[in-house]
Amino acid sequence: MKARDLVDLAARNLREALFRNSLTTLGIGVGVASLVAMLSLGVGLQNLASDSLSHSGLFNAIIVTPRTNFTGFGGPGRANPAAAATPMVPLDESARGEIRALPHVIEVYPEIRFPTEIHYNGNPYPTVVAGIPESDRDGGSFDGMQGHFFSGPDASEAILQIDLAKQLSDQPYSLLGKDLVLRYAERTPLPAAGGGDSGAGSGGFSIVPHEEKLRVVGIVETEPSAGLGTFGRGRLLIPLQLAEQLQATQTNDLRDLIRDTTGSTKKTYDNLTVRVKDAVDVKAAEDAIKKMGFSAFSLLDATRNLRLVFTVFDLLLGIFGSLALVVASLGIINTLVMAILERRREIGVLKALGAADRDVQRLFFAEAAAMGLLGGVVGVAIGWLIGRAINFGTDFYLNRQQLPAIKVAAVPWWMVAMAIAFSVAVSLAAGIYPASRAAKLNPVEALRYE
Amino acid sequence: MTSSNISASPGASGATARSDQAAIRTEHLVRHYPMGDALVRAVDDVTLSIPAGEFVALLGSSGSGKSTLLNLMAGLDRPTSGAIFAHERNLASMSSDELARHRSHTIGIVFQSFNLLPRMTLEENVELPLRLAEVERGERIARVREAVDRVRLTARLSHRPSELSGGEQQRAALARALVNRPTILLADEPTGNLDSATGDEIMNLLREINEGMGMTIVMVTHEQPRAERFAHRMILMGDGKIKNDGGRA
Repeated sequence: MKARDLVDLAARNLREALFRNSLTTLGIGVGVASLVAMLSLGVGLQNLASDSLSHSGLFNAIIVTPRTNFTGFGGPGRANPAAAATPMVPLDESARGEIRALPHVIEVYPEIRFPTEIHYNGNPYPTVVAGIPESDRDGGSFDGMQGHFFSGPDASEAILQIDLAKQLSDQPYSLLGKDLVLRYAERTPLPAAGGGDSGAGSGGFSIVPHEEKLRVVGIVETEPSAGLGTFGRGRLLIPLQLAEQLQATQTNDLRDLIRDTTGSTKKTYDNLTVRVKDAVDVKAAEDAIKKMGFSAFSLLDATRNLRLVFTVFDLLLGIFGSLALVVASLGIINTLVMAILERRREIGVLKALGAADRDVQRLFFAEAAAMGLLGGVVGVAIGWLIGRAINFGTDFYLNRQQLPAIKVAAVPWWMVAMAIAFSVAVSLAAGIYPASRAAKLNPVEALRYE
Repeated sequence: MTSSNISASPGASGATARSDQAAIRTEHLVRHYPMGDALVRAVDDVTLSIPAGEFVALLGSSGSGKSTLLNLMAGLDRPTSGAIFAHERNLASMSSDELARHRSHTIGIVFQSFNLLPRMTLEENVELPLRLAEVERGERIARVREAVDRVRLTARLSHRPSELSGGEQQRAALARALVNRPTILLADEPTGNLDSATGDEIMNLLREINEGMGMTIVMVTHEQPRAERFAHRMILMGDGKIKNDGGRA
């Protein structure tokens, strides 16, 4: 029998026992809905975690340190003794430029943090200043911030962490738009005793107090991500470019001066953060940086582990979600076995008119598949609605807690296709027994059946 | 019924184009099946030959084996032993699929209880064997019309079986049996559920088909007078054996 005729006959048969078949289909729908709701929760949570982490800039970031200086995150004493014997490649401005020129690299910036004092309303407040790169604008760290991000990469503006703002004023949000004065120690290179190289100097540096007026443009509730390998950015945040221009003395300057073996006091970096376009570009960039003679570290392995955890999580959710579908498949078997009993004579007639066993089998399979397809579509729709309801409920709760909205459940297109295909596959599997039983029916006995 | 009652039908027409080539032939055909501890010898060593174009009536009391023999001829059942040939092809050695093709292309079957599918219209019921035979839709329409015209039910095409009289239902079943243009028509008590006048209508139709199309007809019946009027040959069965073969008219 041709496929079109098969579908036509199957649809006709399904319409014949409409109520029973609708209930069976609804059973499948509920099973699929349970599966989709579970998976949508798993995928939603995975997306949430991935988005948060990728917003934090951890997955497309590489931390570069001078090879001999890098002691790992476990503390000192892990430097490679062999590497110490080779000349150190300085992580300076020219190295920064070379790294910036690598393919897929979008940003290379140093970590700038320095202790300082701010003056507001004539009172001094000690704090730590941190430079914030422009890429953090869309990074999610400043989601929910009062005010706005810096208007430009070197704007004389500041974002305050709420604890600092509370120190400055009893009404911290009233600080928005106000000016405050930053007092800091500027590092000025000294000319070399014998002339030396100009600009950078080679005779050490002097420390000169300086002031910079900053306008408060934002107040952030949570401390923005500390970034990879650092311990918090500080409480007064300024544009990174501005922070670099200030030439503020940092904690490592004195150490660098003592460690210097090149006779140069040219500015070097303790570490640089390299951002690439996408997480997939990290490996290539990391290899290229290592070839340049630096140490490089990324969190790609952590990403892999995270994905593995979520894959197992999704699998478990899928198994629990599938249980309802398994129960629904019993409904299909029951419905089709009932149909065989009711249509015994009809099967006999079909065989008498020339239907092969295969035709009868395919007819029952088509009916099972049709119920699976319809149940799958209905189930996906119900599952999607459940996901929406979960999101709505979560948003409502978070909104009441004055927290930003998140998407807990997600139903991507691949899940829609997979759920429907799975529903059809389970239905076909459930149809195997009834279909083969119908196909094997003896036509003489079937025709005799009243 | 005694064997003296079985004879060539005076009412049968001698004008039908019959040939000596056998449409159906059996050789020591046996069909036994168990029933509890007993073995039922439904067809027991039957050897016969039905030439193409012949109208044969299989007569006998209930349980004589005539319906079992008809089922074996249709390929709905398989013999326990022996051979059964349709146009010299042994059904006993055919696979399940080949038997299905035999039923689809060579055989047309009419049942006592019509066996029309109740949710289908007359047209759809008649079309069903063509769907199973994978005939193209355009040709299906033409062949359904042709078969329905032959049984004079054109006006009832869109009616469901429940809206047709018994006679009309059997005519519809006849159209369904003819639609695939088989060479052999098997009829199992085709007038058993009909009154006398309607039964004669059906028998006249069968005769028209036999004479007009040269189709071989094997009809199971227990109505000897009707068989005498319409069939060329009457075969009397009893206890699974041929008790009397009336031969050709």
